[in-house]
Amino acid sequence: MTALHETRETGEPDTVSAVSAAATDAARDNLAALESEAIHIFREVAGEFDRPVILFSGGKDSTLLLHLAIKAFWPAPVPFPLLHVDTGHNFDEVISFRDRMAERHGLRLIVAHVQDWIDDGRLTERPDGTRNPLQTQPLLDTIAEHRFDAVFGGGRRDEERARAKERIFSLRNAFGQWEPRRQRPELWNLYNGRHRPGEHVRVFPLSNWTESDVWNYIARERVELPSIYYAHQRKVYRRDGMWLTEGPWGGPREGEEVKELTVRYRTVGDGSCTGAVESTASTVEEVIAEVQASRLTERGATRADDRLSEAAMEDRKREGYF
Amino acid sequence: MPQLLRLATAGSVDDGKSTLIGRLLYDSKSLFTDHLAAIERGAAPDLALLTDGLRAEREQGITIDVAHRYFATPRRKFIIADTPGHVQYTRNMVTGASTSDLALVLIDARKGVLEQSRRHAFLASLLGIPHLVLCVNKMDLVDWSQERFDEIREEFRQFAMKLDVPDLTFVPISALHGDNIVHRSANMPWYEGTSLLHHLEEVHIASDRNLIDARLPVQYVIRSQGERDFRGYAGSVAGGVFKPGDEVTVLPSGFTTTVRAIWGPGGTELAEAFPPQAVTVQLADELDVARGDVLCRPGNRPHIASDVDAMVCWFSETGTLTPGSRYLVQHTTRSVKAQVSELDYRLDVNTLHRDENAAALTLNEIGRIRLRTHEPLLFDPYKRNRHTGSFILVDEASGHTVAAGMITGAHRPATNVVWHRTSVTREQRATEGATVWITGLSASGKSTIAAELERRLVAEGRPAYLLDGDNLRHGLNSDLGFSSADRAENVRRTGEVARLFADSGVIAIVSLISPYRADRDRVRAAHADAGLPFVEVFVDTPLELCESRDPKGLYARARRGEITGFTGIDDPYEAPSSPDVVLRPAESDPAAMVSEILAFLDR
Repeated sequence: MTALHETRETGEPDTVSAVSAAATDAARDNLAALESEAIHIFREVAGEFDRPVILFSGGKDSTLLLHLAIKAFWPAPVPFPLLHVDTGHNFDEVISFRDRMAERHGLRLIVAHVQDWIDDGRLTERPDGTRNPLQTQPLLDTIAEHRFDAVFGGGRRDEERARAKERIFSLRNAFGQWEPRRQRPELWNLYNGRHRPGEHVRVFPLSNWTESDVWNYIARERVELPSIYYAHQRKVYRRDGMWLTEGPWGGPREGEEVKELTVRYRTVGDGSCTGAVESTASTVEEVIAEVQASRLTERGATRADDRLSEAAMEDRKREGYF
Repeated sequence: MPQLLRLATAGSVDDGKSTLIGRLLYDSKSLFTDHLAAIERGAAPDLALLTDGLRAEREQGITIDVAHRYFATPRRKFIIADTPGHVQYTRNMVTGASTSDLALVLIDARKGVLEQSRRHAFLASLLGIPHLVLCVNKMDLVDWSQERFDEIREEFRQFAMKLDVPDLTFVPISALHGDNIVHRSANMPWYEGTSLLHHLEEVHIASDRNLIDARLPVQYVIRSQGERDFRGYAGSVAGGVFKPGDEVTVLPSGFTTTVRAIWGPGGTELAEAFPPQAVTVQLADELDVARGDVLCRPGNRPHIASDVDAMVCWFSETGTLTPGSRYLVQHTTRSVKAQVSELDYRLDVNTLHRDENAAALTLNEIGRIRLRTHEPLLFDPYKRNRHTGSFILVDEASGHTVAAGMITGAHRPATNVVWHRTSVTREQRATEGATVWITGLSASGKSTIAAELERRLVAEGRPAYLLDGDNLRHGLNSDLGFSSADRAENVRRTGEVARLFADSGVIAIVSLISPYRADRDRVRAAHADAGLPFVEVFVDTPLELCESRDPKGLYARARRGEITGFTGIDDPYEAPSSPDVVLRPAESDPAAMVSEILAFLDR
């Protein structure tokens, strides 16, 4: 398009480039703005850090993270490896999806198996069998071993109250811990990633996305997800108000009745404490309709570990979990 | 497609800010029941508990950091940066305000405009937030009194006139009971405005961005070999519009080339790119371009200086800002070493008093400094562009962010050029000169008033001359283009010429839209320095009226999106904060208005 020269009034000729209103609206669109922000963050990290890594579990938030990273560096490959802390309690569909994605995009995938830490005695299995709280140690050990200085995570501020004050660049001390008082103010789009040797920065490009944004973007971009996010038949049993499924983490206890239901997962994590929800949403559009009608956040609905106490997440953050 | 609106909220716990946010979340149905379960106490939910996140804060009963909250309506998604209001946390408000399109300030209807209300409004204006909404809360406790609301509104408006607040809106509410939050309140039939949520959904933010000065700070160089060799410069557009085929200059090297292609995320080819899009630009020539460089247009470059003036807010709890201290300046995509060479003054955020004897800035204090950088910064004044005019100061030893800064301009050093005084003094001249500067929207009626003023003065036998911008562009300003920098230069030169006319004893009449306050203020300052009268006349014709006149059809074209950067439509008009004369052509006739100007001139 060409620049028009307009004479407006006495002494005020001006240039006005003819810019389509549709295009300027597009730049203001919520998802486009969130995408630009996330990509800006990826590129800042690529420009400022020596050894970044993306936490990638195959879950929807980390899949979205990877999708955005690929877009940020197109047509070059993503300049970071992937890291997964595998509790050994993961869904097969998710693990095979994880491996397929890494291979498809030619990315190195580092897997830290919680089982290895249990086997050599660095960690002890909890009496309740839940392994989510055991992820922190293998994560920090692997970060230290590879000397990663920036660790991308898919955390969002809308997930939980303690996360509402999380920074996009979140400084972790040499023990991987988050100290509320040492977090830096973040202004404009200037992210301060300076850290001392041994410290690292957790980076959350999806900070400002809501669950609804994530699903709308997945729909718009046709992002592939593990099949368990969509409705399927599954044998489940009821415990603590959640539908759990049998797996390497165990199965129904005495008196817990197994039923076959049409379910899907809203989050994927340790199978011992990640519940399915009854749903017939088999397409991304149907999932969106369900999310919009829902009155429960995804964590509250399906994650027993976050329901332990009101400050559960805050405590885990301090320890070095996300 | 829903748009994104970022807003900052300010007010203290007592003002009911947390309750208001809880109410917005609750009533817009974005509160999930499990969040709610955690906070429900007794019959009515304590909405304030929704927003107090960290355990430390719950224990202390105050919010001590910026918390982000999200809610959406079918029209817009909202990101709330919720900042505590009490005095020691200016830092948090500055942080929350830095990315916001709109600021929401709360006032307790019983207490009225407090020191902290003024502070919040000032910080919003300092951070360049274009829209300010003042919520007068707890109207239920003043019997829904219109009188009380009007009183508070007037008092606040008086104060806001001293600030840069382009758009100020007042809403009487009761956050606790939900009055005027989502729906219009039946308790206040006298209130004719819209509900708060409706205003947040409708407020026009598309023109807040700078779409004039093309700027792309390079973040990262993307190279790919193999089937297709690719070398592109990735970054987020910080201003203006870029298109394939555009001539661009790379700074600081200064080489000029053209844009070969622009790619959106993932390789979508773009016909044009605007802020805040993240893009990758391919250039026609192989140039040495690196992170920290800036792409711009050859005729519209950012300022380049290593000696800048800036407003800063000091964030550090441990140290103070004093002249001589050294920091890293993180600005766009580059970081350079710098030294604070002067602390010009400390600003009292409550009274706006400037303390020029201040020796240091401590936590939460704001002041103006002069900064000397080891390498030049490529910047625009903050008022012109929040992305290229902002920076943070980083302490090299600790790595902490210790200050936020907003560049006001390049520091102008003293020169060796000496002013030669002539032997004729001003008193010896036959007449006393002055400048009458007429500013207002396009089609507001400036030219008619200017012509009538010149006619009257000349008829009275007084030397007067109308400086017509178009005419000046034929000669003196014929080398100027139409970029923003050139427009600013146009105003500066016109102002200089007016000053010379005034010095010679003539009354110079200038009629210019001159939309930016900073440009006009510079002309005023030049007159003040020379001891010459400067009369700023604001032709205050409502936009709707200018638009309905629209003699050249420009408003209509701007509305259709055919032209952009049009003052009043998608480019701001910054009304004078304290004009000498305000004229309203809609309510008066030219002769009467000219008499008003003459009366002021001859006081």
